[in-house]
Amino acid sequence: MSTPFPAASVAAPEERSAQTMRAPSPSKAPKPAAPRIPLMAQPRVQRVVYPLLVGLVLIALWQGLVTALELPPYLVPSPLLMLKTLFTDWAALGGSLWVTVKITVLAFGVATVAGVLISFLFVQSKRIETALFPYAVLLQVTPIVAVAPLIIIWVKDPTASMVICAALVALFPIISNTTLGLRSVEPDLQSYFQLNRATRMQTLLRLRIPSALPYFFGGLRISSGLALIGAVVAEFVAGTGGQGAGLAYQILQAGFQLNIPRMFAALLLISLTGVALFALMAWGTRVALGSWHASENSHD
Amino acid sequence: MHSAEPTPSAPTTAHRPTPAVQVLSAEKTYPNGTQALLPVDLTIEEGEFVTLLGPSGCGKSTLLKMVAGLLEPTDGRLQLWHKPVAQLGESGKKMAFVFQSPTLMPWASVQTNVRLPLDLAGVPRQEADGRVAEALALVGLSKFASALPRALSGGMQMRVSIARGLVTQPDLLLMDEPFGALDEITRHKLDADLLDLWRKKKLTVIFVTHSIHEAVFLSSRVVMMAARPGRVVEQFTIDAPYPRTADFMVSPEFSRYAKQLQDSLLRASADTEETAA
Repeated sequence: MSTPFPAASVAAPEERSAQTMRAPSPSKAPKPAAPRIPLMAQPRVQRVVYPLLVGLVLIALWQGLVTALELPPYLVPSPLLMLKTLFTDWAALGGSLWVTVKITVLAFGVATVAGVLISFLFVQSKRIETALFPYAVLLQVTPIVAVAPLIIIWVKDPTASMVICAALVALFPIISNTTLGLRSVEPDLQSYFQLNRATRMQTLLRLRIPSALPYFFGGLRISSGLALIGAVVAEFVAGTGGQGAGLAYQILQAGFQLNIPRMFAALLLISLTGVALFALMAWGTRVALGSWHASENSHD
Repeated sequence: MHSAEPTPSAPTTAHRPTPAVQVLSAEKTYPNGTQALLPVDLTIEEGEFVTLLGPSGCGKSTLLKMVAGLLEPTDGRLQLWHKPVAQLGESGKKMAFVFQSPTLMPWASVQTNVRLPLDLAGVPRQEADGRVAEALALVGLSKFASALPRALSGGMQMRVSIARGLVTQPDLLLMDEPFGALDEITRHKLDADLLDLWRKKKLTVIFVTHSIHEAVFLSSRVVMMAARPGRVVEQFTIDAPYPRTADFMVSPEFSRYAKQLQDSLLRASADTEETAA
């Protein structure tokens, strides 16, 4: 019984070095020596604690200045007043939050599906991409504020019109990133598929799509934020026309009534929504690529 | 061009083994006029271990890729078992290609990577898994079937790549500087393992390298190539018996072959400088 590669009996130097990192998959590997590191020295804890400290200091400073200078609430409300307003006005603000989140998520979904479909179209042939790509750019560079009134007039349903506006804003990064990803296949691996007479479909499913995933998720991260911005812009435009019920509408109304604490509370909700979206995307990326892609393993 | 083989396309006779690869005046000129390879005539018999040796730019990779069918010759023909390269399947023979880098799918486990050619060919999963296990055992990586490529060292990734080449049970193995990026100790080990495999599986191997020592150690025949323009200059039969061990590498015989190849390489580059001047 002689196998040509007798790795079990005589371990080659490369194998021996590999013994030290025997873990079959990095995702299943136990975190190295976690218990011995003090809590505050762990990067994971630091990533949460440090920004939190900065936030606390800034809020304390803000509260202190407002109290010390006796600034009136219709100019700058204190953080405490803002929080209080958030609770007392929750009936109005909570509903608006739901509307804005709904529009953002719907628009993000539409942009993702449309963007991916357009990318697949683009990579079918260089000619299609050359013909259509300038129009994708045109879509990107035209300010949505300028187009939104038209869309709101043309599309009867207010939710649908705002979703379209926000989706238009979020579309481009998904198209450009996914197209780039679908084209970024390692040339030798592409040759390998060609040598094995892989069909177009096999190459797409087994090679192009997995290769594109890191780029696609990068696009998602950018687009999630843009979808929120698009939703708020669309609500502003719709709000000036007297319709709408999202957070941007609340900000507009609060501005008319000089209800500055409520304006701040609505602003806070928008920011928190954006942060939540970003965190969700980061988590999704880690789940999808964590085990193999370098971008998700740099801090291990 | 003085070839060691006077009649490269001589008809098969009873006492001669079957030619696996026939390169018939194949040449490659790129559209911008660069001559990557002057016409080459080369016959490789079944069971030979042939090394294409030369400096970078000599067209050795170009020649190998033409044999694989990845590049079309500008003029001339190539045949595998008397069939055009694209119709290799009709002869019932199989070819595998091992690239310079491991070219593994980083998102897929070692097992899935090795199974790829079988999946592409539509081999049923159960049969495929059995053959993958065999191929992994052959390269000594059975324990790492579920690992991702990035968890493996460079040498081990190359073994995975070789296992992926072997899993289809090829008759012809084409290797494009497969161990060029590895450290010398790992390379010697993989060279020795490859020789064992070649003998055990009765493969025909074409191996591209720029290392004289690797060429002498591995080959039954060395095809010496030169650059600007890329061409075949000379061929050498390495008559040392197999199995070859580390002792062979320090023998006077080995040094003599290495010297011969070295001299040939110098002559070829002197020719190039004359043409350039």
